[in-house]
Amino acid sequence: MTIVSPVAGGLADEERLLQETVRDFARREVAPGVGERDETEQFDRVLFTKMGELGLTAVPFSEEVGGAGFGYRAWTLVMEEMGYADMAMAVALSVHVLSQSPVIRWGTQEQKERWLPEMLTGTCLGAFALTEPHAGSDAAALRLRATPAGSPVAPTYHLQGSKVWITNAPDADRYLVFATVDPAAGPRGITAFLVERGTPGFRFGRKERKLGIRSSSACELLFEGAEVPAANRLGEEGQGYRIALSALAEGRISIAAACTGLAQAALDAAARYLTERTAFGRPLAEQQGLRFMLAEMAQKVAIARAMTRAAAEAKDRGESIGEASSLAKWTASDAAMAVTTDAVQLFGGYGYSREFPVERMMRDAKGAQIYEGTNQIHRLIVADQVLKRVTGESQH
Amino acid sequence: MRILVLLKAVPVVGTERLDDALRTDRSVALEANGNDEYVLEAALKLTEAHGGEVTLLSVGPPGAMDPLRKALAMGATRAVHVADEAMRGSCYVGTARVLEAALRRLEYDLVFAGADTSDGQGGVIAPALAARLGLPYLSYASRIEPAPDGRTVTIRRLRPGGYDVLEAPMPALVMGTQVLGEPRYPSLRGIMQARNKEIRTWTLADLGLDARSVGAGAATTRVLRAEPPAQRAGATIIREAPETAVAQVIDLLAARRLI
Ligand SMILES: Cc1cc2nc3c(=O)[nH]c(=O)nc-3n(C[C@H](O)[C@H](O)[C@H](O)COP(=O)(O)OP(=O)(O)OC[C@H]3O[C@@H](n4cnc5c(N)ncnc54)[C@H](O)[C@@H]3O)c2cc1C
Repeated sequence: MTIVSPVAGGLADEERLLQETVRDFARREVAPGVGERDETEQFDRVLFTKMGELGLTAVPFSEEVGGAGFGYRAWTLVMEEMGYADMAMAVALSVHVLSQSPVIRWGTQEQKERWLPEMLTGTCLGAFALTEPHAGSDAAALRLRATPAGSPVAPTYHLQGSKVWITNAPDADRYLVFATVDPAAGPRGITAFLVERGTPGFRFGRKERKLGIRSSSACELLFEGAEVPAANRLGEEGQGYRIALSALAEGRISIAAACTGLAQAALDAAARYLTERTAFGRPLAEQQGLRFMLAEMAQKVAIARAMTRAAAEAKDRGESIGEASSLAKWTASDAAMAVTTDAVQLFGGYGYSREFPVERMMRDAKGAQIYEGTNQIHRLIVADQVLKRVTGESQH
Repeated sequence: MRILVLLKAVPVVGTERLDDALRTDRSVALEANGNDEYVLEAALKLTEAHGGEVTLLSVGPPGAMDPLRKALAMGATRAVHVADEAMRGSCYVGTARVLEAALRRLEYDLVFAGADTSDGQGGVIAPALAARLGLPYLSYASRIEPAPDGRTVTIRRLRPGGYDVLEAPMPALVMGTQVLGEPRYPSLRGIMQARNKEIRTWTLADLGLDARSVGAGAATTRVLRAEPPAQRAGATIIREAPETAVAQVIDLLAARRLI
């Protein structure tokens, strides 16, 4: 049924087997319920557990910390297959990984042992809480306040404030929360905390009602004097902003890969439809104007994939990925938006119908131009790097 | 317990085509024969429960490495791949001869084979091997239970309307069915671990076989013609529950403007 995309070239044997395994899993276990999950806006925890059992939640982490030992290029293969089958589930998985990778990089040995096992196996679901009602793109302006409290023997922090748009939050068990110990210090006051579901004074607010990725749950988090042990502070006070930015730079590669898969799915669906549907006595696929559209869609998918892979390979080589990951996420999410919109057009009236999958793909694509840094913010990041190369210093 | 699983690399189902000599073209992408994965799953479950190891044996072209790697990632211990250009065009007798020679060099308590292959469907290799090796042959197994003392194996053999319970001394050859249970996905950790597992490659010379005893030249049968089935219009099969299926049929008809 699904058209195999020409993406296997240049991969290691184990990466091809990974790709094949996840494709098989995504087709058999993820794709069948995608429309129904979208309609009912239900996050499928049972499916997420299955993904964890397969090992999807541990892919890009080293074997020393309990990961599967794959690199980031391999991770993009996983995310592409997931995005192909169900963008909402892909985002849930991406955010889960986003919420644990900082623990691997910045956590103490004790934190890693306490936090990671259930996250790597997908027994626990993670969320990444940065955005606030007044601080989205300008994340450094966040107001959630962390005040040292407790006793010298049991030091804690009191958290007071709120977060919005936190993916996975209604269903999650563990939250990576960014707060400020000193609002006057701007980014240098931001500090990261590991917060568990059920912590007194921490509860959920309004659920976000979304245009797309509707089966990925998101909601508001309310902290009303929630007391978090100091042992749950990730990194030092004031290191939180760096932690958030470096995690997001990785997360963008993952989102870019999911967008590539989503765009490929829309392209394949449209190509199939053009061969099946006839008008004016011949298949639509024989109309040159439509063939040109299809070719341009394929071009966008190929560019998205190439940019995503370039960013992932840079990460695997240990290079800095700020610019490459912004370029990849911006390009791939724009590609997904354009290709899914064209797919709706090529399906005609049926494309606009909720009985067919392409309108969902179009709705699912839109969010990716907004979350994990809006595509405007990515332009700022890229321009900053370009200018830095000329002047030798940051302009931002 | 040492279980040897025969695993054939076949063209990805749906992509089969014939080469110039009217034989299945094996230069295309290969996957493990579906039925073989079911007996592999049974072998993995048995060794997980009772200890032991699973060795894969595959006779075929270089493309067999991919399915072997996948089977190793599913949990098999090691693989033996018999590959030799001279085997090209072997008939069933030739293939059985090669497998027999390989099995004589390997240690096992049980040999598992799938019911038949998606690209051959002769279903004769397993019984031929059992005959050549003098092994008890237990076919159409829906359940396989080795005795705790390791001397005998009991299976349920499917037959129309029920099953027979058979027992045989080990070593024995068991041909299994899909009723044994769905094969697992390779775990992603398993994929990485498989990189360090042994894949031994043997040639005909390693097996002490004369290249002239196998291959097209020694084939006991010759394909004269191969006819594809008559072309029919593509069918869409809907397997959903009735309510969903009806809605889908209506959508299909509507999409084609037939209603
Ligand atoms: C589906 C979804 C899931 C999300 N999941 C999470 C999550 O899990 N965790 C989390 O912390 N957040 C999450 N978010 C929040 C997301 O990261 C923010 O929505 C995003 O960063 C934008 O912030 P904002 O909504 O406050 O928009 P604003 O920052 O107010 O931006 C409004 C508009 O102004 C533009 N803009 C802003 N500043 C500039 C500038 N300097 N130059 C040019 N243009 C600018 C933006 O590009 C945008 O077009 C999610 C959002 C969505 C939609």
